[in-house]
Amino acid sequence: MKAPVSTAVAIAVGILILLGYFIPIAALLSLRVVLVQWAIILASFALLVGIINLMRVHWAKLRKGGINAVYSAILLLSLLATIVVVGFFGPTNVWSVWIFNNIQLPIESSLMAILAVVLLLAGARLFRRRLDLFSIVFIVTGVIVLLGTTPFFFIGDIPGVNILRSFIVQVPAVAGARGIIIGVALGTIVTGVRILLGSDRPYSG
Amino acid sequence: MYIICGRQLNREMKAILGLTVLLVVTGLLLLYYFSSRRKRTARLVRDIPAYSRLKRAVGLAVESGSRLHISFGRGSLIGEQSAPALVGLSMLERITRAASVSDKPPLATAGDGALAILAQDTLRSAYRLVGVESQYDPNSGRFVGPATLPYAAGTMPVIDEEQVSANVLIGHFGSEVALINEAAERKGCLTVAGTDDIAGQSVLYATVEESLIGEEVFAGGAYLGAGPMHDASLRTQDILRLLVVIVVVIGAILKLFGLDTFIIQLIPGGLR
Repeated sequence: MKAPVSTAVAIAVGILILLGYFIPIAALLSLRVVLVQWAIILASFALLVGIINLMRVHWAKLRKGGINAVYSAILLLSLLATIVVVGFFGPTNVWSVWIFNNIQLPIESSLMAILAVVLLLAGARLFRRRLDLFSIVFIVTGVIVLLGTTPFFFIGDIPGVNILRSFIVQVPAVAGARGIIIGVALGTIVTGVRILLGSDRPYSG
Repeated sequence: MYIICGRQLNREMKAILGLTVLLVVTGLLLLYYFSSRRKRTARLVRDIPAYSRLKRAVGLAVESGSRLHISFGRGSLIGEQSAPALVGLSMLERITRAASVSDKPPLATAGDGALAILAQDTLRSAYRLVGVESQYDPNSGRFVGPATLPYAAGTMPVIDEEQVSANVLIGHFGSEVALINEAAERKGCLTVAGTDDIAGQSVLYATVEESLIGEEVFAGGAYLGAGPMHDASLRTQDILRLLVVIVVVIGAILKLFGLDTFIIQLIPGGLR
């Protein structure tokens, strides 16, 4: 599609959907629903295109060879095997569920466990990277919240830490989070309007 | 969001409020856009170290023949988490144009199929704009994984294997971003990262050299010179922030003195 046409279509659709939220006209509301459904269908096709892209990238890696080619081979084989099994038997079949429970779930659980260690290391590294007041506040707050959430072995709850934890979680943390959320919301609104005005065109228009 | 003095706004009031905010934002954006085009004055923006380092990293990557990696997170394009990724696309376009002379073109990764397609499209249009469309490689815009941990697991090898010297992570990330940052740390890469997720921001603060907090994520286009509309966005956000602060302070004062019921009486039928 030529650039000005695609831009005009994108802006028009964006404005129609937005007006559907604000102006309660039945025709506008049903048009909004239809357009959003189209978007969901297109996003599903985009996922399919994404998977083909993933296969292409790993096929290219496999053909190039090298020490990491084996990982690409495993990924392609696993992907194809899963597509065949789930596509043939359906997502609720015993074999499909077996793949999920015995391959997907343990791998994700292992990654979560690694993530916990990585976060702990990152906290320790923060002092090395940036030794300033905010880093100290960050670490001390993290330790207090951790101690207030999980009791010590053999000791149990440390007196006072629970109260301090509750105060931190309910007052300064909420205040800070709300400030950040307001900032993000303002940025989101302005980004949306910029796209509606056709200034930002992430669709090559 | 639509709660005032503990009471909920009705549908009409929500619509009026939403339309008003939209019109104010559009008006301010256009006002600042046209005034900056007319005056052509120098921009006065505070220094954000993350963007200064990113600009230097782009130059260094071109000189050293290494690659820049831009990742848009796992947020969906049709969801409410798409905004930071859309800013990331603007940044990708600027970075690709700046690094188009490099032997190693920038790589973009996404956890959403539609975002991966848009990344490919952005890369191609950036190359076309600088007249080197032949350099475009469709595999430089990649879909890496559709869920939280698969996305992280798919992004880590990109950093490890593709001679990446700097990472730009702009999009929707949760705590899984720590795994990606760990891979970058091991390779000694610079990482500039920002997200709209609160948990993700705290993880970024602890794990990356240059994290972007709150609305700083949305300033990327302006700081990388994406045009007067991005500068106008910054000014609009400043005005809106000021308005929000005024409303919050007035609300707090009214509540403090027990005058919050006064607001309810001002909006007859608006609250239930």
